[in-house]
Amino acid sequence: MMMNIFSKKSAPRLMLFFAIGVLTMPIWLDPVGANYPDLLQKFAIFGIFAIGYNILFGLTGYLSFGHAVFLGVGSYSAVWSFKLLTMNVIPAIIFSIIMAGLIAAAIGYVSLRRSGIYFSILTLAFAQMFYNLAYSVLTPITNGETGLQLTMHDPRIIDNALSRTVETGLPSTDFFGISMNGYSGFYFCAVMLIIAFYIYLKIFSSPFGMKLKGIKSNQKRMKYIGSDTRPYLIAAFVISGMFAGLAGSLMAVTDPLAGAERMQWTASGEVILMTILGGVGTLFGPLLGVGIIKYLENIFSAVNDSVLHSFYSFLPQWGENLLVTITAPFVGEGWHLTLGLLFMLTVIFLPGGVMEGFQKIKLYFQNRNKPDKSNNSSEESSNV
Amino acid sequence: MKHDSNQFKVTRRQALKTGAAVSVAPLMFSKGVWAANNYTNNPGYKSTVTLGFNVPQTGAYADEGMDELRAYKLAVKHLNGEGDGGLMNTMKPMNLKGNGILGKKVKYVTGDTQTKSDAARASAKRMIEKDGVIMFSGGSSSGVAIAVQGLAQELGVVFMAGLTHSNDTTGKDKRRYGFRHFFNAKMSGSALGPVLKDEMGTDRKAYHLTADYTWGWTQEQSIQETTEGLGWETTAKVRTPVGAGDFSQFITPVLNSGADVLILNHYGKDMINSLTQAVQFGLRDKNVGGKNFEIIVPLYSRLMAQGAGDNLKGILGTANWDWQLQDEGTKAFVRSFGKEYGFPPSMAAQTCYVQALLYANACENAGTFYPPEVIKQLEGFEFDGMGNGPTEYRAEDHQCFKNVLVVRGNQNPTSSYDLLDIVKEVPRADVEYDASIFGGELGPYIV
Amino acid sequence: MDAVLIQLLNGLDKGAAYALIALGLTLVFGTLGVVNFAHGALFLIGAFCAVTFQKIVTISKKVLDPNITYFDAYIEQPYLEIWFGETGLAVIDYAVPLSLFLAVPVMLLVGLAMERGLIQFFYKRTHAEQILVTFGLAIVLQEIIRHFFGANPIPTPAPDIVSGSAPIGLWIGLGESFVYPWWRLIYLSSSIVIISSVFAFLNMTTFGMVVRAGMANRQMVGFLGINIERKFTIIFALAAVVAGVAGVMYAPILPPDYHLGMDFLVISFVIVVVGGMGSLRGAVAAGFLLGVLQSLAAMTAVNALLPGISQIVIYLVAVIVLLTRPRGLMGRKGVMDE
Repeated sequence: MMMNIFSKKSAPRLMLFFAIGVLTMPIWLDPVGANYPDLLQKFAIFGIFAIGYNILFGLTGYLSFGHAVFLGVGSYSAVWSFKLLTMNVIPAIIFSIIMAGLIAAAIGYVSLRRSGIYFSILTLAFAQMFYNLAYSVLTPITNGETGLQLTMHDPRIIDNALSRTVETGLPSTDFFGISMNGYSGFYFCAVMLIIAFYIYLKIFSSPFGMKLKGIKSNQKRMKYIGSDTRPYLIAAFVISGMFAGLAGSLMAVTDPLAGAERMQWTASGEVILMTILGGVGTLFGPLLGVGIIKYLENIFSAVNDSVLHSFYSFLPQWGENLLVTITAPFVGEGWHLTLGLLFMLTVIFLPGGVMEGFQKIKLYFQNRNKPDKSNNSSEESSNV
Repeated sequence: MKHDSNQFKVTRRQALKTGAAVSVAPLMFSKGVWAANNYTNNPGYKSTVTLGFNVPQTGAYADEGMDELRAYKLAVKHLNGEGDGGLMNTMKPMNLKGNGILGKKVKYVTGDTQTKSDAARASAKRMIEKDGVIMFSGGSSSGVAIAVQGLAQELGVVFMAGLTHSNDTTGKDKRRYGFRHFFNAKMSGSALGPVLKDEMGTDRKAYHLTADYTWGWTQEQSIQETTEGLGWETTAKVRTPVGAGDFSQFITPVLNSGADVLILNHYGKDMINSLTQAVQFGLRDKNVGGKNFEIIVPLYSRLMAQGAGDNLKGILGTANWDWQLQDEGTKAFVRSFGKEYGFPPSMAAQTCYVQALLYANACENAGTFYPPEVIKQLEGFEFDGMGNGPTEYRAEDHQCFKNVLVVRGNQNPTSSYDLLDIVKEVPRADVEYDASIFGGELGPYIV
Repeated sequence: MDAVLIQLLNGLDKGAAYALIALGLTLVFGTLGVVNFAHGALFLIGAFCAVTFQKIVTISKKVLDPNITYFDAYIEQPYLEIWFGETGLAVIDYAVPLSLFLAVPVMLLVGLAMERGLIQFFYKRTHAEQILVTFGLAIVLQEIIRHFFGANPIPTPAPDIVSGSAPIGLWIGLGESFVYPWWRLIYLSSSIVIISSVFAFLNMTTFGMVVRAGMANRQMVGFLGINIERKFTIIFALAAVVAGVAGVMYAPILPPDYHLGMDFLVISFVIVVVGGMGSLRGAVAAGFLLGVLQSLAAMTAVNALLPGISQIVIYLVAVIVLLTRPRGLMGRKGVMDE
């Protein structure tokens, strides 16, 4: 299954379909009420975050609990670039990726001395340190709880030198004159997602990616055959940190404010949930996970009793009330409950996430068509 | 046409927005060309108008948030001419007709800020982009209020702040599109000063525990200015993380610090925890150099008094409003709120209710929803009958000026809601200050 | 000097909370080999046993409040007070300690249900999957609590008689500014009692011996024909009870809300790892150590020297320990090695 995706012939076609799929999101997400810029931007941004996370966790099996740090670092760097240099987003993005990469190199260098749960706890400890410091001592850099914001008196050296100044009010982020508000912001993020996905695809199919998969399946064997895994692990960690940095900078591009909450361990937990829910280690799984969770968070959480009542209004009064009572705890404020249940069911029954579910359904239909080959294909499925 | 001067002036950002809109034209509702129509979420010919209520439903300030939401729902009812009309019976001057706003029925959407800037902005963006709100309101954390106020300015949607007490909200971070009815830390300090002098004298040593964010910092600063003005010393100022839960490791150092006053710059759940723990550590029974140890909570509300229980009895603080005030506006609002929910409103609820009505009234006065005109109506607006005596929305910084209450935790409550004693109603003149002291710029009308 | 001593005591008090949670966590890990991210939720359920019990004893009759004339307001009068007068009020006052009688059986059942219903199916799956499924369970449990009790903390005060503080300074001749709240002292001493009894149970009973043997070499004990699974189930329930009792006792210190479990989870995990995965003594030692360090770091003098240290000291120590002592402070070889 996997192999033919990577074959030289189909890779460009895959990219083309992917690009079209991403860019037409405003059209095909409209019927489900998800077509508004903020949510579309979130899909793209967290998509980048999740595929980056998948490079580390999906390929090497190293479970990092501190990836949100790079998201935060990316955001802060980008906002500082807006404040000090220019409102153009390109320097901000480059600066963010570099900063996130540097911090990832430092954390990765230390944390990757250990593996397993020790690695997880080390990344968690670093993440909590960054988060707590951002709230307290680093306030001059992060502006604490309020979050780092643009002000009218920011120096913006480059903008001022080019006299690209705004007469009144706060400037907005732009890509050579195109404002990054609303849909143009989404298209920018979407293009970034497509580029990131291309790199991700290349990494998956490269010898480097194979090496990482080797680490996941058996690190000892890799060591015995004389292959030092540490440089590969650090490289994977830094790359995935840079993806997170890019995602963080895009959060600042679409909304120039950086808050410390996006560095909390629960934010790292969220990307783990996304990756697992969709299917860890699979190509598209993390993106599916992002879609499901962000959709739940934004659409489900806004459903309240009156919406439910109108949804069930075709039923008789008592049936309507009964169903509203049953469903109410799972929507609105209770969407976390739905998420937790969904997640548990996934880990219990579909450790491979939604992607494994698709695979099973597909196999089921294949097997119905060709019953004689059933043994063969079910074995194949476990490798996916 | 009312807005001749604005008609052909299109700023760079508007041009960009229009450009962006055109490029995705099939996906967006079409926008008009004229400036006065070309503003975010113009309700146009629709028969309804949507307001957004963005309050903390979870997190440290959730109690306040839920009460704010109750007040908003009540305000929407009254605006649409349902219920007993509440403050619409006492507000003056008033242009509201009880048929919605400008004849359009008021609908609302709600959101959870989770007491976090990020979540609050995401929620506000959803309201503006997806639900098409013409105005949004809410608060309970100054950090959040400042963050979403910035967004309001960027997207050109008016934000009527709920409970936010930091000086920065209408000080260095003030915005043209943000309005605050609630009082602030500076006003708390001014109101509290004379009372502290009377009750505790001029020779005191104060120890601050401060919530580590904009509100905590400005309140610490304002109270410190006040107390040092009285001749008090400041022993220490310790910053504590928001939502720390167990504050004991910050309270134990107070015992031996030589201080004889503890000032808790905490709010909501944090304040309930830190006060409860301070009392458990015997601070209230303590005696330092012949003086009784005192605790001051510069800002607190009846909701927090409920959570803190007996610990709050006798403790001084300030409040924006209290349901036991005896003016007609307060009575009308408490009656209306109490009938609806079975208990009296909190000060957070009152401020939010008033904000909703003020916005609606400004639209009626302007005859349009076009934000620059609505803003001009609110700026410098003077009104009465809303519960705090004659009040003015100062044009320079969008801060309301009105009487401030100094309160004390009631020693002998006569009812389950009679938790605060009003020590003094400090007149507006005593808490006024020059708008320029905090700096900041409002920014443009047209964005 | 007083200042350091009182901070030390405060640290022990904090440490006791950490140690109790970490003890159960590492007990489960050492015996069942399961990394249980829902352990914090057990602490949470314990705390809400206290809340529930308090709610039950204060079920009230609503009486119209004559003092409020604007609208219909009600005064709540607990039925217990109406029926039993003083005795009823005493029960309400002692709600938290009495709720232990509710918490122990409830936690036992919750523990059994969790182990039989979910955990047992994860013995043979990877640690990552165990973490993930229990993390999901923790979310579900806390959301259920939130659905029934709301998002706000619920005050659950200690009995009146112990609501003040003890003049420790006067007892030991250090002046009257050295005081410490009674309930925290009770919490500290009961934690020590619980910890000691868990150790005594494991060291002095046959059951405990088998369990310890199982922790050291599970296969071997299995070969001896002992039904180790059954014993481990009981151990899981025991860990749940320990966490639950810790939760009940903690309720007066910090009014519980639905997020309490998650707040403690991260720290207690760090503690278990610092102590050494699977080492009971390590978990207890690390719990007290980190509690004390956290408390000392909050002192004004320390903070002036190293700004922000109070916020990160726990994690900093964790990083240092993990890098210098690969198995934590007291970890044994062969447990969770790489």
